Amino acid sequence: MRVSIKWLKEYVAINLPLSDLAHRLAMAGLEVKTIEDIGGWENVVIGQITRVDPHPNADRLHLVKVGLGKEQQTVVCGAPNLRVGDKVAFAYVGAELIDPQSGETIRLKSAKIRGVASSGMICSEKELGISESYEGIMVLPDEAPVGTSLDDYLGDTVFDLEVTPNRADCLSIIGVAREIAALTRQGIRLPQVSYEEVASTIEQQVAVTIDAPDLGPRYCASLIQGVKIAPSPRWMQQRLLACGMRPINNVVDVTNYVMLEYGQPLHAFDSPKIKGSQIIVRRAGSGEAIVSLDGVERMLASNMLVIADKERAVAIAGVMGGANSEVSQETTSVLLEAANFNPVSIHYTARSLLLPSEASMRFERGISPELTIPALRRATELIIKLAGGKAAKGIIDVYPGRKERSPILTSTEGINQFLGTGFSQDQIIGALTLLGFEVEVADSASEVRVTIPYWRGDIQQAVDLAEEVARIIGYDEIPQTLLSKSLPRQNPEPIAALKEKVGRSLTGFGFQEVITYSLVGLEALKRLSPDSHALKPLPLRLANPMTTEQEYLRPNLRANLLVALAGNRKHEEGSIRLFELGKVYLPRQNDLPEEREVVCGILSGPRFERSWQAQDESFDFFDVKGVVEGLLTKLDVEASLEEAQDESLHPTKQVAIVLAGSRVGVLGEVHPQVLKAFDITDDAAYLFEIDLTSLLPLTLGQKMFQPIPRFPATIRDIALVVGAEVTHQQVLDIIKGFPLVGKVSLFDVYTGEQIGGSKKSLAYRIAFQSLTYTLTDEEVDKVQEQILSKLAKEFGATLRA
Amino acid sequence: MLAQLEQLKQKALWELENIKDAREVESWRVCYLGRKSELTKILRSLTILPLEERKTVGAYANELKSSLENNLDERKKTLEKVQLTTITRVAGIDITLPGRPIPIGRLHPITQTLKEIFDIFISMGFQVVEAPEVELDYYNFEGLNIPEEHPARDSMATLWVDYKAGGRPILLRTHTTAADLRIMEKLKPPIRAINAGKVYRYEASDATHSPMFHQLDGLAVDVGITMADLKGTLYEFARRFFGEDRKLRFRCDYFPFVEPGAEMAVACSVCQGSGCRLCGNSGWIEILGAGMVHPRVLERGGYDPEVYSGFAFGMGIERLPMLRYGIDDIRLFFGSDLRFLRQF
Ligand SMILES: [Zn+2]
Repeated sequence: MRVSIKWLKEYVAINLPLSDLAHRLAMAGLEVKTIEDIGGWENVVIGQITRVDPHPNADRLHLVKVGLGKEQQTVVCGAPNLRVGDKVAFAYVGAELIDPQSGETIRLKSAKIRGVASSGMICSEKELGISESYEGIMVLPDEAPVGTSLDDYLGDTVFDLEVTPNRADCLSIIGVAREIAALTRQGIRLPQVSYEEVASTIEQQVAVTIDAPDLGPRYCASLIQGVKIAPSPRWMQQRLLACGMRPINNVVDVTNYVMLEYGQPLHAFDSPKIKGSQIIVRRAGSGEAIVSLDGVERMLASNMLVIADKERAVAIAGVMGGANSEVSQETTSVLLEAANFNPVSIHYTARSLLLPSEASMRFERGISPELTIPALRRATELIIKLAGGKAAKGIIDVYPGRKERSPILTSTEGINQFLGTGFSQDQIIGALTLLGFEVEVADSASEVRVTIPYWRGDIQQAVDLAEEVARIIGYDEIPQTLLSKSLPRQNPEPIAALKEKVGRSLTGFGFQEVITYSLVGLEALKRLSPDSHALKPLPLRLANPMTTEQEYLRPNLRANLLVALAGNRKHEEGSIRLFELGKVYLPRQNDLPEEREVVCGILSGPRFERSWQAQDESFDFFDVKGVVEGLLTKLDVEASLEEAQDESLHPTKQVAIVLAGSRVGVLGEVHPQVLKAFDITDDAAYLFEIDLTSLLPLTLGQKMFQPIPRFPATIRDIALVVGAEVTHQQVLDIIKGFPLVGKVSLFDVYTGEQIGGSKKSLAYRIAFQSLTYTLTDEEVDKVQEQILSKLAKEFGATLRA
Repeated sequence: MLAQLEQLKQKALWELENIKDAREVESWRVCYLGRKSELTKILRSLTILPLEERKTVGAYANELKSSLENNLDERKKTLEKVQLTTITRVAGIDITLPGRPIPIGRLHPITQTLKEIFDIFISMGFQVVEAPEVELDYYNFEGLNIPEEHPARDSMATLWVDYKAGGRPILLRTHTTAADLRIMEKLKPPIRAINAGKVYRYEASDATHSPMFHQLDGLAVDVGITMADLKGTLYEFARRFFGEDRKLRFRCDYFPFVEPGAEMAVACSVCQGSGCRLCGNSGWIEILGAGMVHPRVLERGGYDPEVYSGFAFGMGIERLPMLRYGIDDIRLFFGSDLRFLRQF
């Protein structure tokens, strides 16, 4: 809401610097977004043309004498609209003006024009920066005081206020004036409205009925006949422009002016165009359409309210008038509407028709039905004043939606307890009274009965009064205390701790965390499978996606990580290790989706940073496997790995991560075709994805201390030769199944000529260990023999020669 | 004789100063302190001197001897140090060569910021709770006094899910305040909870807007919680997050789910309050919205507003690192660009 300070001053005195006022308003809830100065002219005063003579040396130029109060100046002027007696803006030498040709600011110098000295200038609107007009000089109204500086007369300051949705009353000059008055402890001066009426009553000429009182609780109208449509006077146009509205003609401008002044939208109909002289407030019929003032045909729905005459809709109630009843140059009789409409219905209508307007904005925030009569009377008065004509006797007032509001009972003690303040009863009552509330001290000492003024529809209960008290006395007066009651029992969510641990581990492993959008495109998801078939189950789709790239709720993290890898590969030649810890969203029948916490990591490129010593190696499958094993070790869980069929991964280079019989994730090399689909061509990439929601219960076990062995271990190295199809895991499981076997590490894997093509050699270092005594060589030999014979029996394993 | 000793001292010390390695030190010792040295000779020949002279020369010569010995020790230590350095250089490593790189991983700046805020509130007795991002209209709007067609919905353009949960509309939560009713339903008073995470808006992305960003909300419900408690808690947070000296502003604002409502701002770090482009000439940067939980919201959460009161606050996270590090584009947070992420 743009508010002219000059206009405000008509209702309330402003005795403090405007920056201080802006601060006070902001502290009380009305933030001033910008403070804009209009004018700011120096060395420009109001003059009056006293004489116009032809220039001796030029046909088109004149010598103009301008009276400036105490003195008189003669200037050369070429404007076509010079008239003796007109009030004009006179710029002295030294004034800063806008050059109409270049648009630049120039400082006015004295000049000789065709041999005649001219010091000063009569200004056009463009030269003053008021408008684009520079064909003629600006002519000021007759009441403009000669000799006064133009800045005092035309200059203004505009506050652009951020009005919160609860304060429809502050979408008006008077509403803001009330706030300022309360904050600066003074009263306000409202316009005194009076106008003459003719003998014939409005009821004899127009009838109003409300068919939908739920959507239209009140409808008031006046009738003014014999008006003459013309531009509105400069002062009104200036105020409308200052407040961001475009002047149209005197009648329409009055409706806008009074809307800005009182906050009540008004609408003027060309009265003879109302068929049957009847206004009907009703719901739109199904399939009904209306051409609105902007010339667009609007299809209406049956839950929208229209203002209709006997035959058709003439306005979309509270949103926009209809072209069929619009005030035009020929209009002589005006039916003026001031009504109250249901906020929900107006919001719905304006939103559905994409027609937000100054009027709808006020109605949808809920203005008081009591506003109609004062605003209607003010507008009627102004139309008569500016457009002539006479008002029919009386005002039509159909008011089926009248509601009585009962006072709110509260207590000053309760307010203090709630705010944590120690305001006195006088302070509290004083604050409320300043806002126009009537406060009556009730039976007990601290109880008060507060009657709410009609314009404050937002005040409904005691807490609302507490806020009024706090903001008028000032939020700065609220003390700062810390919560002093007993601390609640802490029940931290275990998933949060797990996420933190995973994040810390992976950053420790050199992984960079990324956060990507939870919304993905179907295309990116399809790229995750080599043959790009449809995804099952289909992820959740948005009803109103902004783009196809952000249309679905992600069912996995890997698509975004592959995009992130591809993006970084454009400028990174070194190793890339990325991970994301975030949610995936899986559809559930008749319910909100399941949000599962997942961690996904990706690595690609050289294993070591390029360095003066680094080996030139690339990441491979065992790097990603090592990361996952390291992570699981950090989490103190033991997983087994099983074959997997994840179609985003290389068919033979992937494994499922299995814990306590259930699959919690997968790791492996990204399928080359998938990589290609994501535009990653240079390197292979390795990925893991673990469902932390499934992992969580398996990480909650209690860890127990293992004593440090007090007796030395006996170390034995054995090199086995087995068939190529035998896996390390199979061999390991057997070795570990024997007693006294401690740590087993695989230190060599060999395939080659020496041992025959279909065989491989696995070399293990086994630590034999007892916690209770020192093993003898004989004991160890015995176990080792047992191990070898079992391996020979199971896999045909032999010792490598 | 004394002059001879004085000359000897000057010469010995000068030579010692100029010695460069340990072997020279030994020959110096032999030369000046050895059994055949001039000083030893002088000491030995003292007996031939008259008694008076013997006393003075003897004292001086002994003094000189211990002084030379001390100087010798000093010099040895210095040389050992120098030698160590020299030896390593001779052994052939260039210590200025870069160390073997270890991979560095970092948490995302948003994760880091959240952690920092969590720690502050946890120290004030708040606990972190989890809440869904995909929500029912009820928790995000309706239950928070934002029914359909409420103008407050206009400022939170919503992304809707193309599915209904048992006929009820589903949306991507537009604010973390959506967790408040769930927390009230789940926990028993006294409640002091914070929750944080992603929120979503139907908003085209540009340097200052993103369809997805992060928020953190706090909620306290108990008997006797006051607006002063809210102010004190938020000031404590701001002092710890922004520093003791940062000026703060706590002013009236409106949110449908609180009454009274408030907004907290910190003095602009660029202009210190005089007004600049960053703060939109106001001198203040809004940090969070807050207020006392609205009685109707308390009721919906299962609390009698006549008995219980509470406060709530909510803040956007991205703007905090943006202000702290001077980041000028919110999209950088979700672009996964290592050149950006490595800076934090
Ligand atoms: Zn600033």
